[in-house]
Amino acid sequence: MHQFLQQTFSGLSAGAIYASLALALVMIYRATDLVNFAQGEMAMFSTYIAWTLINAGLPFWIAFLITLAVSFVAGMAIERVVIRPVENAPILATVVVTIGLLLILNSLAGWIFTYTVQDFPSPFPDRPVFGALMTTRDLGVIGVTLVMLILLFAFFRFTTTGLAMRAAAQNPESARLCGIRVGRMLAIGWGLAAAIGATAGVMVAPLLFLDPNMMGGVLIYAFAGALLGGITSPVGAVVGGLIVGVTENLVGTYLIASQLKLTVAFVLIIMVLVVRPNGLFGTTIVRRV
Amino acid sequence: MTKDFTAAWRLIGAAVLIALAAALPFAVSTYHAFQLTLVMIYAIAVLGLNILTGYNGQISLGHGGFFAAGAYTAAILMHRYGVPYWATVPPAALICFVLGVLFGLPALRFEGPYLALVTLAMALATPQLLKYFDTWTGGQQGINLLKPVPPHWLGIDRDRWLYLVVLAVLLVAMRVAANILHGRTGRALVAIRDHPIAAAAMGINTARYKTLAFGISTLFTGVAGALSAIVISYVSPEGYGLFLSLSFLVGSAVGGIATIGGAIVGGLFIEFVPNFANDISDAAPWALYGLAMLLFMYAMPRGVVGSLGPWFARSMQRIRPRRAAFDDSEEQLKGRTL
Amino acid sequence: MAPILELRGLKAYYGQSEVLHGIDIAVEEGGMTVLLGANGAGKTTTLRAICGMVRSEGEILFTGQRLDRRTTEQIAALGIAHVPEGRGTFIGLTVEENLRLGAYTRGGHPYDGMARMYGYFPILATRRRQQAGTLSGGEQQILAIARALMMAPRLLLLDEPSFGLAPRIVEDIFAIVERIRRDERVSVLLVEQNASLALELADQAYLIETGSVVASGSAKALAENPQVRRSYLGY
Repeated sequence: MHQFLQQTFSGLSAGAIYASLALALVMIYRATDLVNFAQGEMAMFSTYIAWTLINAGLPFWIAFLITLAVSFVAGMAIERVVIRPVENAPILATVVVTIGLLLILNSLAGWIFTYTVQDFPSPFPDRPVFGALMTTRDLGVIGVTLVMLILLFAFFRFTTTGLAMRAAAQNPESARLCGIRVGRMLAIGWGLAAAIGATAGVMVAPLLFLDPNMMGGVLIYAFAGALLGGITSPVGAVVGGLIVGVTENLVGTYLIASQLKLTVAFVLIIMVLVVRPNGLFGTTIVRRV
Repeated sequence: MTKDFTAAWRLIGAAVLIALAAALPFAVSTYHAFQLTLVMIYAIAVLGLNILTGYNGQISLGHGGFFAAGAYTAAILMHRYGVPYWATVPPAALICFVLGVLFGLPALRFEGPYLALVTLAMALATPQLLKYFDTWTGGQQGINLLKPVPPHWLGIDRDRWLYLVVLAVLLVAMRVAANILHGRTGRALVAIRDHPIAAAAMGINTARYKTLAFGISTLFTGVAGALSAIVISYVSPEGYGLFLSLSFLVGSAVGGIATIGGAIVGGLFIEFVPNFANDISDAAPWALYGLAMLLFMYAMPRGVVGSLGPWFARSMQRIRPRRAAFDDSEEQLKGRTL
Repeated sequence: MAPILELRGLKAYYGQSEVLHGIDIAVEEGGMTVLLGANGAGKTTTLRAICGMVRSEGEILFTGQRLDRRTTEQIAALGIAHVPEGRGTFIGLTVEENLRLGAYTRGGHPYDGMARMYGYFPILATRRRQQAGTLSGGEQQILAIARALMMAPRLLLLDEPSFGLAPRIVEDIFAIVERIRRDERVSVLLVEQNASLALELADQAYLIETGSVVASGSAKALAENPQVRRSYLGY
């Protein structure tokens, strides 16, 4: 029982990271009907930036905040420069563009920062807590994720820009008629998604160790989590990410070790989707003919 | 009179192209012949994906898995049961067709990104499953195969012989695809892709066609996989992971998702661009590959054949005398993309 | 008085097809002009062209400024509020959020505007926290008009406000439109299929058929025009 709880909680910690990245994916999907396959690599690159700043002597949280700002700007720039040219093209073209972006970022990171696996410091000490059920690091990760989610929720609910972004995602034409610059809202969305990804990357790096391929697996789990929750639902993304994190841990502990862990976890997720094909919180799109 | 005229020209043109293609391997080195053979194998695989994603709108990130199924079927038949190489292709085709139908049935419930996830799961699972069932698959180390021996009386070497074999299969595959896609089945698939509700209301058995599309698609890709095992003479789990599936998708998009000729362009892209990238830059070759993808999509978002095809057809119409109105529907079918 | 909106030789295109063949329209400041015509005549296209939503040629002048090269957002920011066909409500957002968005071009605090809208349309006050998609057709139309008014526009473009609504509700809506025009001092360009009701309210009218203006004049004159009466007024 103790092990079960322990694995569940550490799964929640991993799940918080999947939830963050899943949220970034959902944000971009809601705005553009597009899954950003490069989200993981963008997060990885941001993490390397944080690493560089920390190695240059900056305290962790300062480096983190600077990284967030840089990632936000970079995300906006990527939307404008890389994605904008195909925004009216068939969806597949945009998918290929994100795949290309994935390769570019991965390769550049390897070139600039080398493929040597690096240590990444965690701002949280690694002490057991609640009778060794969790560590302070787990709590820290969950805490940071929670703060981020609250800030995002407040932004979208209470600010004018947040409202405008929601409007632009739902109904771009009507949004334009209200004077909202939909293109700019899109860019801000990408910026926010990049910042969220950076948070996920920085939180996960101490655990997975920093190397250019660090986020590959995380992205896949995040994708699964986003879909499990319903690709159009931010709440679903968070819940889905958490479920995936816990499932992955429990499957790994009780069912089957490393090799087939990914497969089994996926099979479980797909079984849920067979029952609810639009995810747990997803809405069936009623199409008027 | 006009119709016979253009049909005759088309036949002559096709014959010339085929003759050139058959002569090509003899004009280049054996290594280049080998590479071109791979191009054609990828083209067959991409053609399979085009049928599914381009003509039927079902997205698949998992075709690498079916490619692997075909490859390992051929490998196991040759290695364990001594089946001659050419006889492994039909069983591989059949097995992959069945797998595709089995996969397509539950896939009916999923759309868009959800289907992408399910197929992604398959792509990820494939190397893991291949390593797991190692008594059959040789596990991590894979299976080494003997290279096929060309018939003596032809007097050509192995690589060129295999090139011709694969060329023959490619031509058959393209012909079959054309027949299916430009006929009733093709129209049903496109109808289901574009207006699924209307198609169902018109009495098209959506489920049957979608499942069929999956099966046909995986059949093609499985045949390609079997050929790849024969030509490369080696199979191992690492070669059939997510990257392969994504490569097929990229090749499909670059060539033109709802085209037949685009599959060849896609095959060329998958095989040669990474090589060129490596030649240009030692440090970050994949970055250049990624950049090439971006540039192709910016310049030709509907793919090479998808973008140039309609333009070409329109200029051909100016040269040739005008054909009857209902012939244009074929052009429209070719021009539609995802 | 100079017209607040002038279209000179306006042509519009969907893809390669030309759907408007050189239209001349003028909307008087403070007045209501109606565009009449059957389905597919080009009325909605005209409104969309004004807002830069379709490719067009020719001159579009708003208080003397040219609109042709501007984006939809910029045109909205100049004070043109467009209630599109189908209302264009943000169905996933609440009534209150829809109204707030209407005031986007006015920046910060739309709350005084909202109070006025709730005054005009008490039903919206009752439903302010409800999702807009759960409102009835008539309520959504009212919401769409209210949202447009939150902009404090100088020109209001209304595309078929009566569409799909029961006759009683249509009368209510038109009464609202008339009241708004007087109280808010907004110029209105109205597109309607419901010709008789529209002609009662409007000052000027234009009849559009397959992309060209075939008749124009005061609303009264057009109401008495025999061709119009036969085709559109049913007597």
